[in-house]
Amino acid sequence: MSASVVDNTVSSGNSSVAIPTDISGQILDLDEDDELEVFSKDTSTTQTDGSSFNASMQTSPASMINQYKFEEEEEDADTKDIFVTVDNPESHVTAIETYITYRVETKTTRSEFDSSEFEVRRRYQDFLWLKGRLEEAHPTLIVHPLPEKFVMKGMVERFNEDFIETRRRALHKFLNKIAEHPIFSSSEDFKIFLTAGSGELTSHKKQGPGFLSRMGETVKAVAAAVRGVRNRPQEFTDMQEYAEAFSQKISSLDKVTQRIVREQKEYLEELKECGPTYALWSQSEQELAEPLKNVAGCVDNCCKETEEQVKHLNDHLIPVLHEYVLCADTLKAVLRRRDNIQADFEGKTEALATKKADRDADSKVLSLAWDSLVGRSPEEVKQQKQQKLKGEIKEMRDELDKAEDRLEWANNALKTDWTRWQKVMRTDLRSAFIDTAERNVSYYEKCLAVWESFLQSQRTDAEGNGKVDSS
Amino acid sequence: GQFLGGLGFVMVEKGTSLLKMMEISVAEAEKRTGKNAVNMQETYTVYLIETRPVDAASEGTNPVPDSLWRRYSEFELLRNYLLVTYPFSVVPPLPEKRAEFVWHKLSADNMDPDFVERRRVGLENFLLRVASHPDLSSDKIFYSFLTEENGWKETVFETGFQAKADSRLKALNATFRVKNPDKRFAEMKHYGDELQSVISQLLRVRARAADRLYGVYKVHGNYGRVFSEWSAIEKEMGDGLQSAGHHMDAYAASVDDILEEEEHYADQLKEYLFYADALRAVCRKHELTQYELEMAAQDLTSKKQQREELATGTIRTFSLKGMTSKLFGQETPEQREAKLKMLETQIEEGEELVKERNAECEEFVKSAWVDIERFKEQKDHDLREALISYAIMQISMCKKGIQVWNNAKECFSKM
Repeated sequence: MSASVVDNTVSSGNSSVAIPTDISGQILDLDEDDELEVFSKDTSTTQTDGSSFNASMQTSPASMINQYKFEEEEEDADTKDIFVTVDNPESHVTAIETYITYRVETKTTRSEFDSSEFEVRRRYQDFLWLKGRLEEAHPTLIVHPLPEKFVMKGMVERFNEDFIETRRRALHKFLNKIAEHPIFSSSEDFKIFLTAGSGELTSHKKQGPGFLSRMGETVKAVAAAVRGVRNRPQEFTDMQEYAEAFSQKISSLDKVTQRIVREQKEYLEELKECGPTYALWSQSEQELAEPLKNVAGCVDNCCKETEEQVKHLNDHLIPVLHEYVLCADTLKAVLRRRDNIQADFEGKTEALATKKADRDADSKVLSLAWDSLVGRSPEEVKQQKQQKLKGEIKEMRDELDKAEDRLEWANNALKTDWTRWQKVMRTDLRSAFIDTAERNVSYYEKCLAVWESFLQSQRTDAEGNGKVDSS
Repeated sequence: GQFLGGLGFVMVEKGTSLLKMMEISVAEAEKRTGKNAVNMQETYTVYLIETRPVDAASEGTNPVPDSLWRRYSEFELLRNYLLVTYPFSVVPPLPEKRAEFVWHKLSADNMDPDFVERRRVGLENFLLRVASHPDLSSDKIFYSFLTEENGWKETVFETGFQAKADSRLKALNATFRVKNPDKRFAEMKHYGDELQSVISQLLRVRARAADRLYGVYKVHGNYGRVFSEWSAIEKEMGDGLQSAGHHMDAYAASVDDILEEEEHYADQLKEYLFYADALRAVCRKHELTQYELEMAAQDLTSKKQQREELATGTIRTFSLKGMTSKLFGQETPEQREAKLKMLETQIEEGEELVKERNAECEEFVKSAWVDIERFKEQKDHDLREALISYAIMQISMCKKGIQVWNNAKECFSKM
């Protein structure tokens, strides 16, 4: 059948399907990607050696104890020793605000926990706090994203049932991802989050690096960002390219899926009118009344199935895709932070070299002249200067060593966590797609059964009436 | 039964002459250009009607069929002729003149090849329906429509059906009320109204749903492209994604065939939408016949009354004549005699007319009711078959969906 539809596809080798203009215009805002370099990961050499961990790192003691766990790539279900659930949202009204808390239940056999079961209530802010703490402590590890603060589209109220349920599921996933992470799950902040009463949590939140020191870190970060990285190793450039490309692809998938849901909903609206029309018709008929009523019933049943199917897409595939859209942003942020750490190191290296050059340079004629004017002996001045420089250089070298360690640790942590993240991503997305495919199969199977039962009823009818069925 | 041009079986009455004797088909369609009535260039489509004696085919000799070309307007002329000549028959409808109930993919253009193809099938179906109709199939004009290319139009006009058509048309368009409506026909007319309304609604809703379904399937094509692009940056997931993408493309493409099949179902519904109109026309014509009978009877009654008044000299009913005679004096006995004689003649004629019209009415009712019963059975059978074929279509669509998504699932598992 000839299709008189405008072919508006972005050219891509395998696509031979014409997509109507109105649809393509909204979906296809993808750039034409060049052939991207396949990121080759040499996973065997990026295993971190426990000994490269520096005690002066801003990591909590607890994570050091479990550092060897980082090397375990496989986590059997059998070895899972902590189970976290988020459920039971409740609304709280105070004079100032209304907010929702969620029940967080923990069951664990870990020794660092005082008990084996905990139940606390937490609000979204608390989750945000936890995420922030983990990112601060581990700037180059990949923290699973939290659901967004506000949902902008469609004027969804914060206290809308669906919104709360979607958020609850995302928070549940967030905590479980933390619990499954070899480093994060042994974080002290995580433990306190899961176990502390609300008062205890509030006071713990107040500890931690003060405002000024955090300001100092931010200033450093900005300075590093401005300076920029000079010699980024190729592997991190590859990672950045991957993160960019992945971000685009997963965003597209998110948009496509949302579009599918929209189209399905509109299809459903139209289909809902078909059944009643057949039923109306059956009222004018005699012989045809029964088959028409039957068809009306079948169409209505298919409507129900379609509704279920849409709900499933909405509740399962879309949240996962959305999470990974946010993950892509996390990847980019993590790479930026690593760059900043490297920039900081490079900056300090330069500064030290400059200072050393200063020291090695002979006293300048001009300065000697000045010093004699001021009435100091050249020898004295020279000594003073050398002492000062020596001190400064020692300080700078210490700082540089720290920066170097920090960089090395950051790089290794990132590389290992990157590999880990890719595995998790692959598992998550694979199971989400498989789940969707299974759901679609089930949808078609149910509709098939509906129509086959109609055929069956017509056959038995025909046989009953002694007519010869021609189908 | 006969297999009618892909639209399923049609019940064929015993004693149908034409289809038993010859095979009929509308084999092809072609575009022509020529000058029209106002001497302007126009493009139009002609359809090739092929006929072949039944025996010849079964003997295995397979001779070349006789054929001639006709355009849509000639089909219309044939049908109008049948409508006027067999007013008590539910005359099979023609396929629609313009594409209605379109959804976005279908062109509303009469020159569109898909529309022309579906019209070809519809015209063939029309011919087969007429050829299997107990009354219409033996009509000479119909036979020459199938067999005589030249001069057919003149032959039709020579029957003078146009004159009848004009007067009937005028009468049908006039509003009149029947004093004692026949309950059965009134119900049939009402049924025709309902059938037309509900099938229109169904066709509208179906077209909108088809449009939406098209969108759902086609958007899945985007999955294909994105998976393919994504697979380029992944190592282990690449193959699984890429092959899943192919299945998404296949899924998106499958909707074209699905909806094309559904168009056939829509065409079956449309035929009965137009049949409803034919049914209503019969009821209308019956009303007209009855009305004419009632008018004649009424006229006769009033004439008889006038005679009585004149004979007895009493004026029971108001008449202008009576008033004027009162005002201007009584008539002479000679005048009265003349009037009486005239009235007698008129009454005689009137009684003949009433007898005629009565017979006409009875004849009409008898024939119409036979054809209506035949039509009812045909309709019940055909529409039931249509619903069954719709269910089969849905099942086929579901099976395709199951296959595609199972394949996709396998590919995803390899991710």
